Amino acid sequence: MTAIEQPAPHLYDEMLCSDGVHEHYRAYLQWLENTPDATLEQKRREADTLFRRFGITFNVYGEEEGTERLIPFDLIPRIIPASEWTHLELGLRQRVTALNRFLHDIYHDQEILRAGIIPADQVLTNQQFQVAMLGVDLPGHNYIPITGVDLIRDNNGEYFVLEDNLRTPSGVSYMLENRKMMMRLFPELFLAQSVAPVEHYPNLLLETLQGASDADNPCVVVLTPGRYNSAFFEHAFLAQQMGVPLVEGADLFVRNGCVYMRTTTGPRQVHVIYRRIDDAFLDPLAFDPSSMLGVPGLLTAYRDGNVILANALGTGVADDKSIYPYVPDMIRFYLDEEPILNNVPTCVCRKEEDLAYVLEHLEELVVKEVHGAGGYGMLIGPKADREELDTFRQLLRNNPANYIAQPTLCLSTCPTMVNEGIAPRHIDLRPFVLSGNEIKLVPGGLTRVALREGSLVVNSSQGGGTKDTWVLEGAPC
Amino acid sequence: MLSRTANSIYWMARSLERAENLTRLLDVSHNMSLMPNSKGGQQELLAPLTITGRLDQFRETYPQLNAEALLEFFLYDESNDGSIFSSIRSARDNAHSVRDKLSSEAWESINATWLELRHRRQRGINHEGVKSLIDWIKQRSHEFRGAAYGTMLHNNVFHFMRLGTFIERADNTARILRVKLEVMESQHNSNHAIDFYQWNALLQSLGAYEAYHDKYTGGLTTRNVTELLILSAELPRSLRYCIGALMSQLIAIEGDQGQAAKRLCAELHARLEYGEVDFIIRFGLNDYLNDLLRRIHAIGDEIHRSYWEGA
Repeated sequence: MTAIEQPAPHLYDEMLCSDGVHEHYRAYLQWLENTPDATLEQKRREADTLFRRFGITFNVYGEEEGTERLIPFDLIPRIIPASEWTHLELGLRQRVTALNRFLHDIYHDQEILRAGIIPADQVLTNQQFQVAMLGVDLPGHNYIPITGVDLIRDNNGEYFVLEDNLRTPSGVSYMLENRKMMMRLFPELFLAQSVAPVEHYPNLLLETLQGASDADNPCVVVLTPGRYNSAFFEHAFLAQQMGVPLVEGADLFVRNGCVYMRTTTGPRQVHVIYRRIDDAFLDPLAFDPSSMLGVPGLLTAYRDGNVILANALGTGVADDKSIYPYVPDMIRFYLDEEPILNNVPTCVCRKEEDLAYVLEHLEELVVKEVHGAGGYGMLIGPKADREELDTFRQLLRNNPANYIAQPTLCLSTCPTMVNEGIAPRHIDLRPFVLSGNEIKLVPGGLTRVALREGSLVVNSSQGGGTKDTWVLEGAPC
Repeated sequence: MLSRTANSIYWMARSLERAENLTRLLDVSHNMSLMPNSKGGQQELLAPLTITGRLDQFRETYPQLNAEALLEFFLYDESNDGSIFSSIRSARDNAHSVRDKLSSEAWESINATWLELRHRRQRGINHEGVKSLIDWIKQRSHEFRGAAYGTMLHNNVFHFMRLGTFIERADNTARILRVKLEVMESQHNSNHAIDFYQWNALLQSLGAYEAYHDKYTGGLTTRNVTELLILSAELPRSLRYCIGALMSQLIAIEGDQGQAAKRLCAELHARLEYGEVDFIIRFGLNDYLNDLLRRIHAIGDEIHRSYWEGA
């Protein structure tokens, strides 16, 4: 019999509620309560050993020996009932469609700017806005074949979009490996319940990438910065699962406007590059001349339409935190629909009245840099001391346009195995949306969990862990 | 196939083969050094250093030559890039960079070996005894080969892997033979006991002891050992076998890039296929081996030029 620490009453817990347990967790909880602590502990050790043996790791920069670390994997799944997933899926499709329309628009007619929905300078002076993309026509007007959307739930259980990731969203390999591990460790759970499969993701990804090119039988590659990159495991994993070459910049070259890779039988043309390298490093001739990661001349080949990049160059302008507050307006503007998934209410500090409010209520808010990522450069008001608050007040006054602020969210919790036993920890969810001729996604995503008690930071670079995410087919709501 | 991938696979295989060869060599040296009556004991300890060309490097760090120092230097010394530890690390690094091209079983095998080796290194040599460590390394090498053979497509990736294995192995066999000959010639006596142990050691370090006795009746003779290790078509570590395997791997690799390597390889193979042991002995074994080594290196250089510099 396993003891489970009760969640805090003011938070939404995925498993437990005032009636005891949410219906879709009933069967699992029963199993959990009947499973001895020692069994769980043994399974946890087994999972660690296997992950290490398989080399499912991420690399940490700036450390020598043992630079490969495991992302802590939690055995207790996050379960989502089918009805809830259907709602999420609709919302994600709507959101990704609007974001794609936005990207095409700002690199062409810029109607949304002319209509005054988003301040023009917010887009045109954005560091992520790529002038080189103006007027470039992509096949199918498809900018974002792969999108990762971060979702959280508030204390009423309502889902909110926290962030869109349109550059090189990562984590999908952990979604797949976590499922494999759970099926290996707990086959009886999968026999007892219908967990929607996610294993076909690599097939969908390959279809999406091939479909992004007009070429017959296009040659697709995955472009990685190399084996020291933190996400190298994922790059190699996806290349292998899709059966396509994993290339580094030095393996590619541009000749007569086309991209080729160096093979043992001579040059071979490449049509689609699933690039896991940021814009700035893609082409030393066009961007950062010191970068060794990219391919000289790639930008020209791309602009001439001889190669497809997934995601497109310049998509970062749409997932920037300063643009995020406007996504619901994009949905209304391009699709003439009301957003199905809400944004977290966000103060845009460049607006005077928002700034005044933020300065007034700093202790209650989370302040983020608009270009920040990975949990760096942020202020969590309720946890900050006086000095930190003063520092941020000054930062905000000096450069308000660099910040947004949001209420401290009560991320939902999910029971998680920690040193003290099973206790509620905060989680989020990153589903992966594939856009080609149609939008496809597998039911589920990557659930990240903040392992420290009370912590809201789920990033793996900050010690967060992951869980398997189950969408239960035919589960009661 | 990507040139870089082919290169990493080739070097992965070379490093693994090097680690296995070194393990056999250490096994034999270790045994010999334990033999009270073997006057060649010190010579035996020198052999791995001479064969790998690392005598000077050894002397820089270790004050004296004894079994313990030799094992430390070749098993675990990180500053020795030819140690088993360094070789397996380099094999694993290469495998890591092309893990998408290995079967998961092959990758897991090499990754698990590396993790376990690090663990064993922390515990130190004495923890388990030299012999069981050596057996373990050999077993891991067999396991990887089995996993690769049994679970990977026998396509270009596989051919480049085998290419790395056989070029390293051919080089190793030729070097071991050359050094053993020198040792035996330097002893200038007709002590049959020493000869016996020397030949014995040589056969064991090439995993050819049982094969010899299977093929030849009677005692160990220079002529027979030479014939077996250079000209046998059946022994997987003989020079003829290795060069033949190199040739068939080169032919199997798709494309016309490797013409020069194929030509050199075919020439050398013909010499070995039609070679005669009496001719080799008349010609002088040492000169013959030096010539072979030069030719093996030339094939290696051509592989580099054809497949990863030319593209």
